[in-house]
Amino acid sequence: MAAQGSTSPTASAPLVDMRDISIAFGGIRAVDGVNVDLYPGEVVGLLGHNGAGKSTLIKILAGAYRPDSGEIRINGEKAEIGNPRDAKRYGIETIYQTLALADNVDAAANLFLGREIMTPWGTLDDVAMEAAAREVMGRLNPNFRKFKEPVRGLSGGQRQSVAIARAIHFNAKILIMDEPTAALGPQETAQVAELIKQLKAEGIGIFLISHDIHDVFDLADRVSVMKNGKLVGTARTTDVTKDEVLGMIIMGKSPPGAIAGPGAVH
Amino acid sequence: MSQSTSHSTIAPAPARPASPPQAPAPSLIGALELDVRFLGMVGALAVIWIVFDFLADGTFLTPRNLWNLSVQTASIAVMSTGMVLVIVMRHIDLSVGSILGVTGMIMAVFQVSTLMPTFGFNHPAVVVLTLISGVAIGALIGTLHGFVIAYLGVPAFIVTLGGLLVWRGAAWAVAEGKTIPLVDDHFKLLGGGADGSIGAFWSWVVAAMACIVIVLATVQARRQRQRFRFPLKPVWAELVTAGAGCLAVIAATLVVNAYTLPAALARRYAEANGLTVPPEGLAISFGFAVPVLVALAIGVIMTFVTTRTRFGRYVFAIGGNPEAAELAGINTKRVTLMVFALMGGLAAIGAAISTARLNSATNAQGTLDELYVIAAAVIGGTSLAGGAGTVAGAMLGALVMQSLQSGMVLMRVDTPYQNIVVGIVLVVAVWVDTLYRKRFK
Repeated sequence: MAAQGSTSPTASAPLVDMRDISIAFGGIRAVDGVNVDLYPGEVVGLLGHNGAGKSTLIKILAGAYRPDSGEIRINGEKAEIGNPRDAKRYGIETIYQTLALADNVDAAANLFLGREIMTPWGTLDDVAMEAAAREVMGRLNPNFRKFKEPVRGLSGGQRQSVAIARAIHFNAKILIMDEPTAALGPQETAQVAELIKQLKAEGIGIFLISHDIHDVFDLADRVSVMKNGKLVGTARTTDVTKDEVLGMIIMGKSPPGAIAGPGAVH
Repeated sequence: MSQSTSHSTIAPAPARPASPPQAPAPSLIGALELDVRFLGMVGALAVIWIVFDFLADGTFLTPRNLWNLSVQTASIAVMSTGMVLVIVMRHIDLSVGSILGVTGMIMAVFQVSTLMPTFGFNHPAVVVLTLISGVAIGALIGTLHGFVIAYLGVPAFIVTLGGLLVWRGAAWAVAEGKTIPLVDDHFKLLGGGADGSIGAFWSWVVAAMACIVIVLATVQARRQRQRFRFPLKPVWAELVTAGAGCLAVIAATLVVNAYTLPAALARRYAEANGLTVPPEGLAISFGFAVPVLVALAIGVIMTFVTTRTRFGRYVFAIGGNPEAAELAGINTKRVTLMVFALMGGLAAIGAAISTARLNSATNAQGTLDELYVIAAAVIGGTSLAGGAGTVAGAMLGALVMQSLQSGMVLMRVDTPYQNIVVGIVLVVAVWVDTLYRKRFK
């Protein structure tokens, strides 16, 4: 259901298919029987209030949590994602809301964190990593200069571009962006939006998570709305209005243009 | 393996830089790319030394005192290199003094009761096996602490506070409180002294090698940056930093070589080696002490580990943002375990040095060392909030602490007053550091 419509993704298996996912923390069902899917070159907005379970659902896909039940299929095949490393092996890269960077090391070290380039002697090849960082950052944010500084000294947008650079450099097939513009100013937000379009054109599937409909409505091809851990419904952004999506988020009411989920009020 | 996953458009070979070379650094310090903080500490140390020399009537800045200072610092300096990693990871290790006590005791007992009877007096295997067993036990104790901290989730403060009591008790239990005299002469070399020093010639050999390494490292770093056409330091700046490093090495060598054996010992040494004593007397230099060389070697290795290996990178990343490190796929629990294991091993090396220096192992050995080690790391710029610290800084911090104590001994200040001064200095040092961080970070 990619917006471009050049291929018909419905014919092939979805890039990601999360089926009947549930997880509970201390008796509270944070995610309760949720189904979402994502096709190549598609942006799916995952919406809901704070605490609706969006971040938890996505952390399951990213390998940070193990679901209590349900299954994840990547390209139609059942995937075993037990930790963040497994997720990366499936080409799943995540950009977290909290800008998960280590503040005290530089951009290159963050970009390669967990996947460092090593010299033939088994030591860190910092120079090669810096070169790669300069290359990928040059594409994303040509004005970026602070390669030698701990990322603590960077602006919100610069930090976000480091986080996105990490995903791009490692050839993400599936990109999860958790509130990617929450910490950014208007100009930087526009930059990130531009970047999302660019990545989409390259055939990367993107989950865009937000509690603010305005952040995602124009960028997303489809939206899935969650409330109290349950899926209210999924809709193409061409089939519903912003107000209708707002109604899904706030009241859990599934409009006619959407496919209602188990969380919808009847 | 990381390289294979890297993006196809990124050539591993020379790549065009994404940004043009930066403008020349504005200031002198900027051009030299010096660590301002480290320089500040060297300056503080110089002030301490000069003030003490003045207050102690010129007895502080003598080759003899400086040589002693280097030997007295060695054990704490060794342990402080591990404490840096522990504190960088936002943990603490209160048990190092007790680990030192118990491993020292075990090494002494093992040597005297098992190794010596098996291999015979002064057999080279004795010293090797003593050290291996000590370090293995130290690392094992550290691993146990690390396991409880990382996998069972008990805070490091509590685990190592327990360890402080447990291993001090264990040190007593090993020989029921008896003092065990050491017998192996090779092992005693680790404690320094006239025998445990390498003499003038070998000191110069070490100095020459150190200078060559400094120059080669500078050249290599420059080549690496040239390979990717990164901005380079000006050549004069490279010459100044490498030159300053070499000068420091040469100055240290001159000092330790200026400390010569007392006349009576020199005569005995001459007799033992069949030398004739010239009428003006023999000048036999001590040179670098073995424990100091051990400490410096460990400093170099630990610096390498923290800055050039994956493990070191992970320690700092975890200290900076544990959640980010976890999400990046780092096995933070295993890294935690390894850091405590390393700390235990280093405490055992500290134990070898201090037992060899005292020629015996007692169950009280290393009491309060944990506090000196933590103080050394903190004075040396390790942030208790985690994520920041250097091995060189911690070792310098150990030297600062020891200088204060040694200076006060020369001034005949009583121990309780020494403690008062050291305690105040620790607090003031951290306060100054807090001010520095607020201003420059």
